[in-house]
Amino acid sequence: MALPQPKTDTLAARLSGLDLPGDSGCLKVAREDALARLQATGLPARRDEYWKYTRPETLTAPEVVPAALLSDRDTPVFDDIDRVRVVFVDGVFDAEASDDLTLAGVTIERLADVDARDIHWAKDLYGVLETRGQTPVSRPLAALNTAFATDGLVIHATGKAARPVAFEYLHRNETSDAHLHHVIKVDSGADVTVLEDGPAAARFNKVMEVDVASGGTFHHVRAQGRDHERRAATHIFARLGEGSVFKTFTLTMNGVLTRNDCVVELTGDNAVAHVAGACVGDGDFHHDDTVFITHDAVACESRQVFKKVLRNGATGVFQGKILVKQGAQKTDGYQISQSLLLDDDSQFLAKPELEIYADDVACSHGSTSGAIDEEGLFYLRSRGVPESEATDLMTLAFLAEAIEEIEDQALADDILERLQAWMARRRRD
Amino acid sequence: MLEIKNLHVKLEEEDKVILKGVDLTVEAGKVHAIMGPNGSGKSTLSYVLSGRDGYEVTEGSATLGGEDILDMEPEERAAAGLFLAFQYPVEIPGVGNMTFLRTAVNAQRKARGEEELSAADFLKVVREKAKALEIDANMLKRPVNVGFSGGEKKRNEILQMAMLEPKMCILDETDSGLDVDAMKLVADGVNALRDEGRGFLVITHYQRLLDHIKPDVVHILSDGRIIKTGGPELALEVENNGYAGLKAEVA
Repeated sequence: MALPQPKTDTLAARLSGLDLPGDSGCLKVAREDALARLQATGLPARRDEYWKYTRPETLTAPEVVPAALLSDRDTPVFDDIDRVRVVFVDGVFDAEASDDLTLAGVTIERLADVDARDIHWAKDLYGVLETRGQTPVSRPLAALNTAFATDGLVIHATGKAARPVAFEYLHRNETSDAHLHHVIKVDSGADVTVLEDGPAAARFNKVMEVDVASGGTFHHVRAQGRDHERRAATHIFARLGEGSVFKTFTLTMNGVLTRNDCVVELTGDNAVAHVAGACVGDGDFHHDDTVFITHDAVACESRQVFKKVLRNGATGVFQGKILVKQGAQKTDGYQISQSLLLDDDSQFLAKPELEIYADDVACSHGSTSGAIDEEGLFYLRSRGVPESEATDLMTLAFLAEAIEEIEDQALADDILERLQAWMARRRRD
Repeated sequence: MLEIKNLHVKLEEEDKVILKGVDLTVEAGKVHAIMGPNGSGKSTLSYVLSGRDGYEVTEGSATLGGEDILDMEPEERAAAGLFLAFQYPVEIPGVGNMTFLRTAVNAQRKARGEEELSAADFLKVVREKAKALEIDANMLKRPVNVGFSGGEKKRNEILQMAMLEPKMCILDETDSGLDVDAMKLVADGVNALRDEGRGFLVITHYQRLLDHIKPDVVHILSDGRIIKTGGPELALEVENNGYAGLKAEVA
């Protein structure tokens, strides 16, 4: 079917300056396939069902809106964690700034080396989960990424990783337009944690494909921010085998435009997927969490827990879906999305969806928007806690349920500390 | 300590006058009790003094140690030494009781220009005071008042009071929802805090709390005014004859 003319034009404009990277082997095929997918769907437009609440124009335009660099860069969020640091500057791997990538239980290599070094498993996986995630809802920015990303890591966990792998993103160029594509394969019984932190680029398009074999465990904790002017579209595509565990948490601070898609397929019985996020936005802030979880096996558990704190006209979006396929009996699906609106100018747009084709399942969802609890605020103040501090305490209390999704206490503490710093900064301003 | 003069209060949202000229002075070291029927304005008095939104003072004044408190924010009143034990303590999910207590204690110390308590010092003090109130480590760890029984909530109020060491304590129907044993525990907690430098205003419906917390002065509040003031025997009179008898007598 031919694309409508505006879509054809937008895509042509976007692609005009881009050439497919010159790989020879299998990646070339994956890239060509991705480009074909993109040409079939076109880039996202406002009229697309899943782009109603988020304007995609600045993500799809050929030119990048410049983003100022943060003048006071934070120390890395996970600085106190014994980890393997992998540094990317404006989307390009920086070997010198990174740690040695040797890690017991895991092999870590660059996407750029996949063809040259004939890394078979990565070739077989690159773009595969992204392709699966294109139905029933198309995700054109991810296809764009698969076609054009030249950097990223391919991580293969064969055992229990001795330390977490931490991606640290640095933003040094005001007009950087980065495509990063990570591929992660977790073998049966293997266990790895991936951390992400830092402003990545003026415009950042990132895809992470995660294939967890039966009995494998994958944890992911990410801190986005606190660069104000970035525009980011990120995708996580995960496929979970029998009895595997996948848990991802994202903290987002600031950002004029952040769209985080998470697409999870539970394909083996008794698998567990937790997808959680907390975001805090002040003023020119737009944050969109779009989650799609497919239950295609028996007795799997999925949880979506999203909390947003919005003030001074900030906007939060949540589009979360649980699809329970026929035969996915004993599914336990849970979804909650809540916003704390600190003033009348901020807004939260939520679209929870359940689609269930099995008859023996437990699925629940809830979505709320509310102001700060006045009773609680007065109670704290009557004990001598100043109003601003009491508001922060109530705000942290609101976010607690999402942060509790982080299993590792040290990582949760790092996230909490970052949140507290964000609030303290606002109290001073 | 606490001096209330000709206090008139109406609801902010509607034209309803609740307090119609309350005069009351609580001296340091004394326990005053306010008794009165439902709707007489007892809780309004406690809320107005602690600075809750929704009330408008149309006339009169209230001072604590000579300082006008009615223009202060709730946290400033707390730092000035006022404490209200709530009739219905508020549940705050997500905030640990210990965090709450430490934040409150240190916020007040800071407001008064004192040094903040170290985590270790704080822990030592809180454990000791909690023990006397039979508050266990688990209750200290849980979110503020969430899942607490009625008795636990009230004991938690007294623990806060013990930690904050206020000059003027207002207890708003602290006996409501308590069985005899729980009431005795709460009363012991209050009595332990009785001190020459500290005033108490105990608001209650019933005489029974006053068996445990012996008041120096008893006031009867009815329809927004104090209609009678006397010694502890006044509480017994209420117990025997009810408020109706008193009202008739005053009228």
